[in-house]
Amino acid sequence: MSNPYLPVEAKILSFKDETDIDRTYRIKCDIPVNGGQFFQVSLPGAGEAPISISDFNEDSVDLTIRNVGKLTTEIFKLKVGDKLFIRGPYGNGFNLAGLENKKLIVIAGGTGLAPVKNVINHFCKNRDKLKSFDLILGFKSPEDILFSKEIERWKSLIDVILTVDKGEKSWKGDTGLVTEYIKTLGIEAGPDYSVIVVGPPVMIKFTTMELLKNGISENQIIISLERNMSCGIGKCGHCKIDSRYVCLDGPVFDYIQAKNLID
Amino acid sequence: MGYRLKPKYFDDVLSALSKHYDIMAPALMPFETRHSAQEVVGYRKIESLKEIVVDKKTFFSPKEILFPPRETMFYFTDSKIRESEYEEKNKIILLRTCDLNGIERLKNMFLNNGDVKDNYFKRRFESTKFWLIECDDGFDSCFCASMNSNKADSYSTAIKFTEEDILVDSNDNMFSELFKSYGVEEDYKVSFIEKNKLEVKVPLSENINPAVFEHDIWQEYIKRCIACGRCNTSCISCSCFTTHDIIYDDNKRRGERRRVWAGCHLDNFSIMAGGHDYRTKNGERMRFKTMHKIYDYHKRFGKHMCVGCGRCDDVCPEYISFSKCINKLYDIIEKENDK
Repeated sequence: MSNPYLPVEAKILSFKDETDIDRTYRIKCDIPVNGGQFFQVSLPGAGEAPISISDFNEDSVDLTIRNVGKLTTEIFKLKVGDKLFIRGPYGNGFNLAGLENKKLIVIAGGTGLAPVKNVINHFCKNRDKLKSFDLILGFKSPEDILFSKEIERWKSLIDVILTVDKGEKSWKGDTGLVTEYIKTLGIEAGPDYSVIVVGPPVMIKFTTMELLKNGISENQIIISLERNMSCGIGKCGHCKIDSRYVCLDGPVFDYIQAKNLID
Repeated sequence: MGYRLKPKYFDDVLSALSKHYDIMAPALMPFETRHSAQEVVGYRKIESLKEIVVDKKTFFSPKEILFPPRETMFYFTDSKIRESEYEEKNKIILLRTCDLNGIERLKNMFLNNGDVKDNYFKRRFESTKFWLIECDDGFDSCFCASMNSNKADSYSTAIKFTEEDILVDSNDNMFSELFKSYGVEEDYKVSFIEKNKLEVKVPLSENINPAVFEHDIWQEYIKRCIACGRCNTSCISCSCFTTHDIIYDDNKRRGERRRVWAGCHLDNFSIMAGGHDYRTKNGERMRFKTMHKIYDYHKRFGKHMCVGCGRCDDVCPEYISFSKCINKLYDIIEKENDK
């Protein structure tokens, strides 16, 4: 019987600094994955942590990692050609087919953009598969903006609102919380909408409230939850909310399913 | 068909089986003492009948045999990984009905939650035989009957310790043969406790709504609970763990990844990278545990996670009673429902 806890090596092909503390690693990996899934990433001796897949292609996977702890500090010391250890992918991920022919709105806050980035790229490439496509991205400050080059590319293809909570005078873009920009989308209540909301818990809470006020119904909202998964396979108990395990049943949930899940 | 064995012949059975099995039973733990130097009753390997303690409840449950508090998952040298080997002897565990049901609850988590099985639990579980100890009246804090875990059938052998002799009934041919050669036939069938001294009323799942999660009942535990985690560690059905990497002092290139017990009452259980914590108040943790034990585990697996062994009540240093908490919750929910 194979041991699900044993990680496999994955070579770092390249990496790119997104902000002072966020870095995207491209690792060699031909395991089939979905956007929204995660890997348990580790370095022997430093520990293991869940990291969401920010993008992928046939033989590589992108992991966007924020340097906030012991493991990530060690990962940030690695060079191209060094190896990460991975197990997974785990979780359900986004159902792209289910979003086709919809008016898709993606609202992402901070690092919440990482798990949904592949969905955005997929529909930028396949724009004809959606009736409309709007993107609202929120970050704390201009220095916290992730994937800035790609955001520029998205802007040339679809409607993107990029806002920061607070900007210095040099910031010429939008400021304020993502919730303030929902009304500018001109949502006309109807059955075609699908809205993906990803971000910190408080952002998900107020964003969904605002969406409901603007004519989106509960069954049109999809959220992705972030928890402290340790095993990734439904055993360790850290990510349980009510009767759901984020690592098995999520991290992507229909809002209707998730709204009564109390931590 | 059952058998009656004299104590000395029961010892002969134990010693015959010891060649192939480690026999784990409730016994006094040497060098582990609590108040006034009273020895603690726990689970350890035994060799004779006189070591087995049946007039006291064990402080810790037998879960530690199948799911040790600390277990090496694999070793590493630089980046080479080697799975931990398992060379332990097969085991026989003597345990009570509540605990056997508790092990079924653990089995649900480790083997049936999701598609992937936990191989560390599996290898221990599959090399273990369970001998059920018949309960007389149970202990003061037991409430197995209220939790429907006063009966069990997944045992290899049932066993009753009487003043003089030992009565056994085995579903296992190998053990039956042994009992036959050392005992005399007797029509013995295990009987189960139908009622405990303590009765607990469990609220119906369909009556539990989000308002219950916000109810004032949890406020009391914010101060009373000190987040020591004893209720988690003593619980037969608490199965949470966290993994840690250890680097050896004498060779920094070598180390191991371990898993250690974790508990929802302890600090850091629900903390995420970056510092956000989902449950910081001890009252929230009490609510989380209670709901898991008597509500949401049932939604997932069709049985309550709590088996009513009462150990959490026995071990809490702040005298928080879980059974009382469930009863209070029942009253609140039923009152709401009557409105």
